[in-house]
Amino acid sequence: MIAVISDPSEGVSVIGKRLEKLQVPYIETCDPDQIRHASGIILSCSGNFGQKMRFLSQHQLTHVIKEEAIKGKPLLGINLGMQLLFTSSDEDGYHQGLNLLAGHVQPYKGKDYDIHLGWHRLRFTQMDPLTWGLEEQEVYFAHRFAVQVANPEDLLGRTDGDPPVVAIVGRNNIYGIQFCVEKSGSLGLKLLQRFVHQCKLRMDV
Amino acid sequence: MSSKAIIPCLDIRNRRVVSGISFGDLQDVGDPLELALQYEREGADELILLDISPAERGDSFCDLVRQIAEEISIPITVGGGITSCNDIEERLVAGADKVSIGTAAVLQPELIQEGARLFGSASLMAAVDVRFHPQEKDWFVYIYGGRQATSWRVVDWAIQLAEYGAGVILLTSVDRDGHQEGYDLELINNVSEALRIPVIASGGAGTLDHFTTLFTKTRAFAALAASVFHFGSLSIPHLKQSLSESGVPIRATF
Repeated sequence: MIAVISDPSEGVSVIGKRLEKLQVPYIETCDPDQIRHASGIILSCSGNFGQKMRFLSQHQLTHVIKEEAIKGKPLLGINLGMQLLFTSSDEDGYHQGLNLLAGHVQPYKGKDYDIHLGWHRLRFTQMDPLTWGLEEQEVYFAHRFAVQVANPEDLLGRTDGDPPVVAIVGRNNIYGIQFCVEKSGSLGLKLLQRFVHQCKLRMDV
Repeated sequence: MSSKAIIPCLDIRNRRVVSGISFGDLQDVGDPLELALQYEREGADELILLDISPAERGDSFCDLVRQIAEEISIPITVGGGITSCNDIEERLVAGADKVSIGTAAVLQPELIQEGARLFGSASLMAAVDVRFHPQEKDWFVYIYGGRQATSWRVVDWAIQLAEYGAGVILLTSVDRDGHQEGYDLELINNVSEALRIPVIASGGAGTLDHFTTLFTKTRAFAALAASVFHFGSLSIPHLKQSLSESGVPIRATF
């Protein structure tokens, strides 16, 4: 069972629907116990960094997510969820993140735009079970802040934009994907499937 | 560089997709979910769903958004009748990736500011409808579906919207809308060159050349069209392939 962290008042998440399509059992929850018992955790969100961190701590989720991730449970942060994995962010003032990965979130400054929107081609930067053998296709981004990773070895994929944007990060069992997995066609679904597979592998050990 | 996006727009009235010219004379086109699925299959990069029902907006439209969002895996922008942060939240919760705000942005600009703060600029599209005023030699912003003029000149208003926190501008030439005589390139250039956020061009698409010219002669981020796709005069796979052959960066779906 995968725990998809969500605010129950927000209704059904699209990520959940995609997991349904992949026939993966999941539960949408913000209950610490359910998260502790899950085989993997997905933190998919958009919006405002500071507000989401407040939401997590109000529901006593900050510690649970960190504990479980440090114990080795697969964790996937998507979109803003990826940014939350890092040390800190400058969005709307300075905010601390989950600090599971080292890095800082800053406003995106592109050659043409100050917002990173639309379909960009993905480039994998190193071998990883999450991405191995997949085709580098275009994926859909929608964010105004971007991650600067402190450890280059955490970078698994980036765009070929100007400047390149951090698209996939990973360290051991902790993964982050900046683009909208649920809106990025077949490659998005395949990455989700790979993450689910990681959760299964760990359960079998 | 991002791929140039092709965005079919579905104007939805009472759960049916309709089509019109210069925002008038409506004609029935089909079922919204079926069309959304068809356009995704054909390689559309995004969809815009505009609720143009006369009244009784809200619940049934959000249900429709939810159904479509569950079925398709490309981004969806939803507009029509959004006048509060609560309206924005409802549509995002239903599965919209972005909301489009037009008239309400002019009447209550704090909606864009507040929306950007709460939901992020990446979720906020500002829809700007304009008509050219020959005596002023400039484009002016219109509200209420292109019916009522405002005193805003388009570039001034677009800059203002970007400052308020809009993440993307949907720029529609009401003069050209539905006439299939080509996009207003000068308008699109004037606005996109003044901004550091993307501009989606809308109004006037009729032929393949119109799209090619748009992407080679302007900085447009994406092209929106409705009737050319609805009535089959242009197919998305053929369009994207031709654009790609002309050197326009396009997401390969054909």
